[in-house]
Amino acid sequence: MTFESVAVSAHTATTAVGRGQGALLDALRTRRGGLKRYQARQDFASDSEGPALATWIGEVEGLQSITLPQQWSRYDCRNNRLAWLGLHQDDFVAQARAAVARYGAARVAVIIGTSTSGIAHAEGAYRARDSQGRLPESFSYSTTLNNFSAPALVAHAIGASGPTFAISTACSSSAKVFAAAARLMQARWIDAAIVGGVDSLCLTTLCGFSALDLLSPHPCRPFDRARSGISIGEGAGFALLEARAQAPAYLLGAGESSDAHHMSTPHPEGLGARLAMSGALASAGLTPDAVDYVNLHGTATRSNDPAEGRAVAGVFGSTASSSTKGWFGHLLGAAGIVESIVALLALEHGMLPGTLNTTDPDPDCPNAVLLDNEARDIDVVLSNSFGFGGSNCSVVFGRENRRPNVS
Amino acid sequence: MIACAVIGIGVFGPGLPDWSAARQALSGSAPYVRADNAAPASGLLPAAERRRATPSTRIALTAAQQALTHAGLDATKVPAVFGSSSGNPDIIHDICAMLAAGDYQISPTKFHNSVHNAASGYYSIAVASHRAVTSLCAFDGTAPAALLEAAVQAGAAQTPVLMVCYDMPYPFPLSEARPTIDAWALALVLAPAAFEPAVARLTLIDGAGQEAADTALTDIALESIRLGNPTARMLPLFAALAQPSVREVVLRQGNGRPLRVTVAPC
Repeated sequence: MTFESVAVSAHTATTAVGRGQGALLDALRTRRGGLKRYQARQDFASDSEGPALATWIGEVEGLQSITLPQQWSRYDCRNNRLAWLGLHQDDFVAQARAAVARYGAARVAVIIGTSTSGIAHAEGAYRARDSQGRLPESFSYSTTLNNFSAPALVAHAIGASGPTFAISTACSSSAKVFAAAARLMQARWIDAAIVGGVDSLCLTTLCGFSALDLLSPHPCRPFDRARSGISIGEGAGFALLEARAQAPAYLLGAGESSDAHHMSTPHPEGLGARLAMSGALASAGLTPDAVDYVNLHGTATRSNDPAEGRAVAGVFGSTASSSTKGWFGHLLGAAGIVESIVALLALEHGMLPGTLNTTDPDPDCPNAVLLDNEARDIDVVLSNSFGFGGSNCSVVFGRENRRPNVS
Repeated sequence: MIACAVIGIGVFGPGLPDWSAARQALSGSAPYVRADNAAPASGLLPAAERRRATPSTRIALTAAQQALTHAGLDATKVPAVFGSSSGNPDIIHDICAMLAAGDYQISPTKFHNSVHNAASGYYSIAVASHRAVTSLCAFDGTAPAALLEAAVQAGAAQTPVLMVCYDMPYPFPLSEARPTIDAWALALVLAPAAFEPAVARLTLIDGAGQEAADTALTDIALESIRLGNPTARMLPLFAALAQPSVREVVLRQGNGRPLRVTVAPC
């Protein structure tokens, strides 16, 4: 399939390093990370003693004081507060609403990646069960726990009524939103899309990754010889995509694949990762040497980084690559969108971020890992996102509209 | 407008363990009799994965296998779109109940089974497919969202695409917050519009600006299932596939917007 370029007209990201892309760019430039030590009775489980975990988290400050407008109050939960906060940065809502006015509500899709949606809210509802074991009356399933709650809330806020759904493929969720939106544009079903991702801190993922022995006792150190696992973070990111518009950057291609290997461990040689990257290049009509920078999935587990490193080195040789999870942690279902935005910022500002916290690159990872930031004008970037179930997605962005949608 | 062909069908629901049984009930030539099905034979799964797979995954893979067999396709050549409103409801309940009891030792298997894309992950392992597999959710509009995504992929990639929807009830107490009737899995293999041989040809049209009620089922028991299970909301499309004449079906998308599907048998 010849992929028609898609304009990335606006984007915004909110993570532990701050609200909006200005805060993200500043944190990347000044190498100011947002991870902090996990303590019991965090905001997301303040009524629970919680597990004793020696790990670091990337928490978005101030979510407890976010209130949703009265008419959307049934959506209130940590995940949707984060979605709401993230959506309202960088004048994004106004730009998205302008697209709705331009194309008509039905021609604008809303596709949001999330892994756990409002599960922290469900965890709290289970703690608050009555003597018969019933959940509190106030618990609203469809607007919190169901994965559709965030896309529905975003569609309400923007006034879009095109296809509205969640993609939930664990840590590749909000990379795959770009591919799904581009397909709908190429099929002429829509003219624009709000894509994004949101995932928030909860006990389910902290305890789950702890059970897998994948939580690092230090701020994560991707691709370091001494890396010891992930730091879980939370975040929200959104992008406005348009089929036919001028923009500072364009989505040029996307590649999706499956490892078909194991539910929670990557293929050791990164076979699925390699297929996703080469698929993204093929769809964009680019050769590997056209790519200037790769934003790695780079979770900092013992097994993920070498698998990805082999795949990246196999496809790209010595192209500069870095993992930015040391700044804000692993955002799970929001990782794809936020790291795509990091790659877009690199493209738009000529600033390649390095790999925070990493000092001693692991020789088992043969890709060229950028440790320090580098100022350089670049034209094409690729971002990797890989998840449980062996679900892989790579997206390519560039400054030039290579294959315009001409209808 | 998007056009595509249907080249394979799979059904797994109570009393309707396959397409030939479902076809009779949905066309009205035999009454629908609800019956507990035997636990689905998860023939696609290797032994280790079979032990770990949840009931949701097993029903999804059962319908998937039927549709692929019907289409006579090699699964390793086919991308797949999975859709479910609730994913793995029993696992979500187990984890929330454990955490509320102060038991933080979630097993690794339980954790990886908790992801919404567990069924699609097991599927790609089972059939050894490196093709793109996605997993999406739009509450009661999940099935039309999956149908649209699969039809778009079939057109975009000019290749057959497997679509699988599946939903089953939550255990108590989530069952009170989200009542769901029975366990249902429905699968189609869609192909580019001109593909031969085909069972039927579909035309999908956005119901923009048109007020249209979603298509109901004539059988009272099946109609209550349609309204009570997000996957079963797609049964009217399967009922149209069971008819010898052209039908139009209206499915309600997650945001309430109608998706109109014309079904023309081949």
